[in-house]
Amino acid sequence: MPSELIHRYMRIDHLPQIWCPGCGNGTIMRDVAAAIQELIDDPEKDINRDNIVIVSGIGCSSRAAGYLDFNSIHTTHGRAIAFATGIKFANPKLNVIVLTGDGDCSAIGGNHLIHAARRNMGLTVIAFNNNIYGMTGGQYSPTTPDGDVATTAPFGNVDRPFDIANLASGAGASFSARGDVYHVRETIDIIKEAIQHKGFSLVDVYSVCPTYYGRKNHKGSAVDMLRWQKENLIPTARYYSMPEEERAGKKLIGILSYNDYPEYTEEYAKLVKAYRKKK
Amino acid sequence: MKDRLELRFAGSGGQGVILASVITAEAAVLAGLHTAQSQAYGPEARGGVSRAETILSREQIWYTRVTHPDFLLALTQTSLDAYAGQLADDAIVMIDDSLTVPAELDPDRVIAIPILHTAETVVGRAFTANIVSLGAINRLLGLFDDDTLLTAVKMHIPRGTEELNRTALQAGAALITTDQFRKEFQAC
Amino acid sequence: MSKTVLLQGNEAAVEGAIAAGMRFFAGYPITPSTEIAERSAIRLPEEGGKFIQMEDELASIAAVLGASAAGMKAMTATSGPGFSLMQENIGYGAMAEIPCVIVDVQRVGPSTGLATSPSQGDYMQAKWGTHGDHPVIALSPSSVLETYTLMVRAFNLSEKYRTPVIFLMDEIVGHLREDVSLPDPNSLIINRRKLSFHDGANKQCYYVPEGEYVPAMKPFGQGERYNITGLAHDESGFPINDHDKAGKLINRLIDKVEHNADHIVRVEQYEMDDAETAIVCFGGTARSVMSAVQAARAAGHKVGMFRPITVWPFPDKPLRARLPQLRNILMVEHNHGQMLLEMQRVAGRDVPVHFLGRVDGTVISPDDVLAKLEEMEG
Repeated sequence: MPSELIHRYMRIDHLPQIWCPGCGNGTIMRDVAAAIQELIDDPEKDINRDNIVIVSGIGCSSRAAGYLDFNSIHTTHGRAIAFATGIKFANPKLNVIVLTGDGDCSAIGGNHLIHAARRNMGLTVIAFNNNIYGMTGGQYSPTTPDGDVATTAPFGNVDRPFDIANLASGAGASFSARGDVYHVRETIDIIKEAIQHKGFSLVDVYSVCPTYYGRKNHKGSAVDMLRWQKENLIPTARYYSMPEEERAGKKLIGILSYNDYPEYTEEYAKLVKAYRKKK
Repeated sequence: MKDRLELRFAGSGGQGVILASVITAEAAVLAGLHTAQSQAYGPEARGGVSRAETILSREQIWYTRVTHPDFLLALTQTSLDAYAGQLADDAIVMIDDSLTVPAELDPDRVIAIPILHTAETVVGRAFTANIVSLGAINRLLGLFDDDTLLTAVKMHIPRGTEELNRTALQAGAALITTDQFRKEFQAC
Repeated sequence: MSKTVLLQGNEAAVEGAIAAGMRFFAGYPITPSTEIAERSAIRLPEEGGKFIQMEDELASIAAVLGASAAGMKAMTATSGPGFSLMQENIGYGAMAEIPCVIVDVQRVGPSTGLATSPSQGDYMQAKWGTHGDHPVIALSPSSVLETYTLMVRAFNLSEKYRTPVIFLMDEIVGHLREDVSLPDPNSLIINRRKLSFHDGANKQCYYVPEGEYVPAMKPFGQGERYNITGLAHDESGFPINDHDKAGKLINRLIDKVEHNADHIVRVEQYEMDDAETAIVCFGGTARSVMSAVQAARAAGHKVGMFRPITVWPFPDKPLRARLPQLRNILMVEHNHGQMLLEMQRVAGRDVPVHFLGRVDGTVISPDDVLAKLEEMEG
């Protein structure tokens, strides 16, 4: 029996989803739905279901758009953020949420990621980061750690990996955060913050891919991969209370950078208003 | 005026020959003529050879490119040398007087006047050479009423530069002392 | 008709689009189309519209499709290299049935080619640039005034058939300034996509009633939570792996254009009534051909001009109707022989098809056309 959350916000006719057993993507999709549900149910928040648009690209992550019961558009590989830019700019009252993957948003779509961040376009980007191209069967992505193995890196990956959250923040994103699939509550809260943030927000959510990335790199089962997240990805409060030496090799789960740069569509509207007044 | 006149404006990128060509087309519209204006230019925004063409016609214009110009304005030696050989038999050529007239041109059909010097010293702004040229061309050929040309110029210049450009037009017109070609053009 | 003004082809494209209701432009600078972006940047704020310069052409077409899904009439403009980059998402627009207009002011290719010189080398790309079988509507204007009026038609066709329309310009017209009297915008017929879903099949978003071709399209944000995808999909808008349904979808996409060709196709026929030789051309090339036809007629030759204004779908029917009277066809285009292939297909063995083309970035002159006619006679 599906939960209330699934009943309300997922397209039950299209479930079960296509992801492998143990895949982290289902957890992230549920986190997104839970974040939206909590915002809709909160009378103090101005979030309306009809105004939510889910935009995805291509890859394992991007199938999520079809399962979530909102306006949804499953676009082309790498271009989700560019489609989303058009949607948001055309109708700024929409809450536009991009569901993308590490390859989709930092390889083929890397240019759109950094430019949407630079413009501070009011989008929320959730990167399902599983360190691999899963849909095509396990090729290395821009977030595959160097030395790791993939079908196209049979002797180890020579590339250095991107940290997507830092990449976005370096490109000027006004909200950049990291989540994972182990720390569900924390990640839901981070996604809620991201959706409410007016400017460009990005949440780099560490997924797990036991089928390809995990198996190729001897990371054990899905449970083992989640255990690794539990031990090495540390929520904000605990992270900052840890002694410096204990933080080595560990990563923060939480908001990494935040500022209140003016949002693009609001700035454009202001510009047009001032120009028309002058005329 | 002839039923169809082909004018070519040539110089170096940044001298404003394309704008001169556009303003001529604008004046033609104001004067109730048909016009076609086009240009060819290299990748340089400044320098290189820049060429623009305006056709004036009493009838609808089909082919929009100039083949044998009735008139050529050349502001640089390179552009003069490039286009001196493609003129109509009775074409008139206006050049800056710093240029050397190529042997293939009939000196009687060449008007050499100090366009660049006038822009720089009389008007006081080198970038008005194109407008000085327009003043001279219009006095030489009698294409439009002075007012029509001034109106066309005003449609294509930044606000606040009207006086400067009016001065440039007048300074250009003052460089022309012959009415031979105007009579010739009117008689066509 | 309003008063006569001097207008550039690229500027007329913007004015026509605005008259048609275009209120969203996303683009990336590229010669010789840039004036379209520049004028849109000025004009759209005046009209309550939106202009954005994207990071590349991939993003530009994507943003245009997104804006159209959100309910706006949207356009982008580019030239050869950028047109190549846009191809994948033009196919997306065809598959997901998202209306928009893509202007391609052609320049000499391949690759960076000659950036400022005219060409018509993207004719086949306009049809076959994106992968897979798909519908294409492409229109090509030959004057500044026609750029304006045809752009209105481009949006109307795009909205009516829910498909991207390629507006195939060339530098000859794009950078040409002419005296034009634009029609009163209030006199124009403006189409809009059907906004509420067809009844039947539980009002599914891609449901098409029997005998019709085009589903309705409701903008995002109006309470219909439907899905758009570039995957093969059924009437519900969700991906399928059912080959029957996939075939039905792709055939419908093609049929909606092919079966409505009589409505979509427009040609100009000049001096064709008694013509024994037809000169076929499109876009700015018509300017040279018109002059040549007049000169040939003055010399007593029975020559006419047949000009596809709708260049895709190719105007088979009006051309076939002319074949019985023709001794010769001369195809004139600024490429290495692209529309020529369509001409040969339609003319078959009935009428010999001659060719005059050019790929060096210079314009074919009326004299060139006359010389070719003479050679054909000889």
